[in-house]
Amino acid sequence: MSGMIQSSIARKVAMALSGLFLVLFLAQHFFINITSVFSAEAFNSISHYMGTNPVVQFVAQPILIFGVVFHFIMGFILEIRNRNARDISYSSYNGSANSSWMSRNMIYSGIVILAFLGLHFYDFWIPEIVHKYVESHPEDTTRYFGEMVAKFESPVRTGLYVISFVLLSLHLLHGFSSSFQSVGFNNKYSKGLKGFTVAFAILIPLGFVFIALFHHFNQ
Amino acid sequence: MNLTLKIWRQADAKTKGKIVTYKIDDVSPDMSFLDMIDMLNEQLNNKGEDPVAFDHDCREGICGSCSLQINGEPHGPDTGITTCQLHMRMFKDGDTIFIEPFRAKAFPVIKDLVVDRSAFDRIQHAGGFISINTSGNTVDANAIPINKHNADMAFDAATCIGCGACVAACKNASAMLFVSAKVSQFALLPQGRIEAADRVLNMVRQMDDEGFGNCTNTGACEIECPKGISLENIARMNREYLSASLKG
Repeated sequence: MSGMIQSSIARKVAMALSGLFLVLFLAQHFFINITSVFSAEAFNSISHYMGTNPVVQFVAQPILIFGVVFHFIMGFILEIRNRNARDISYSSYNGSANSSWMSRNMIYSGIVILAFLGLHFYDFWIPEIVHKYVESHPEDTTRYFGEMVAKFESPVRTGLYVISFVLLSLHLLHGFSSSFQSVGFNNKYSKGLKGFTVAFAILIPLGFVFIALFHHFNQ
Repeated sequence: MNLTLKIWRQADAKTKGKIVTYKIDDVSPDMSFLDMIDMLNEQLNNKGEDPVAFDHDCREGICGSCSLQINGEPHGPDTGITTCQLHMRMFKDGDTIFIEPFRAKAFPVIKDLVVDRSAFDRIQHAGGFISINTSGNTVDANAIPINKHNADMAFDAATCIGCGACVAACKNASAMLFVSAKVSQFALLPQGRIEAADRVLNMVRQMDDEGFGNCTNTGACEIECPKGISLENIARMNREYLSASLKG
């Protein structure tokens, strides 16, 4: 088992499993956010539940943060190791002849997503923690929708969110289907699964773009 | 055809190399790529210059010796072939062609375009075999019933000639396609199942020790492989490895 932890295959499996976990979280996040387009009350109700339920707050949230941090750290470790595996670069390298841009640039789309997460935490997570645990406020179950919509008043912030979702889509276009290959799933069902992952990678980020633009233009 | 060649020249493993430009005229489109380098070397010899060192042997796509990165692709712009099967008709008059060795830390340059691919040999030695008693009581392989689908997949994996194009094509210089082909060709057959767990653990350990990169599933190796070795083999190796590791 100790050899396994150090091995290249175990690392890529760990990368894949943490990625799949984050994909599940992303889907859940999307289905909560999309309610804000249809009903402020529903959004407030779900947000209040997620923000106050002890299982979500003290079990799911730390697991999620660990998953995010693990995925990024492992991504950087693998990138450094992979760069070291070729000490002299090619003078001429025709990567597009045999692989997609997304697959060759996961580190860059990942860095943009990491920067976005910084902004997203600054916008929502940190104010929420301060509101709940630092300052003392009377309980207000209807504040979430208004706080969220206010963030999308700025065209700069909305633009940054849209750009980040585009990069998220590119990251998922390779990463989601790639994770199944990494865990050893490549068989007659892979073609259908690939179709599902591509649809997910396009539609979910597109949905997030729609939500951001919807609230920007409906101030 | 008149061509400009930009070739990696490196006197030996310890000397720093560089790209050197050569002009070559009257190249026939019917020539193979290696014939064209032979022609260049004849001209260099006649001028008293050191000819370009490159690997070659069978010149019919079987041995896996030739190993050139041509215009940024292992074995050049055509698909499903080795460099010796590449013909000059794939290029146009006036083209500039970059010719470099297969690049990987685990494939150090010996001279010019010749690289040391003995890392592959060491991976093979770590487990790419079956232990069988040949004292006269050996059961004829044809007497063991084997599922046709598995036999075909094992044969496909066994067509890997170990040229290293997968490593050269991969942005991470990963050797997973090669190792997975060698793991698969045995793992799919009853004779190979007996040592399957030790084989995959030992070969992957050796692969990592040699300093190859991690696979990130770009699929470049599969596209550039002259024998069309499938990514399914890498998925199979991952399964074999996880199963063997978890069983302890």
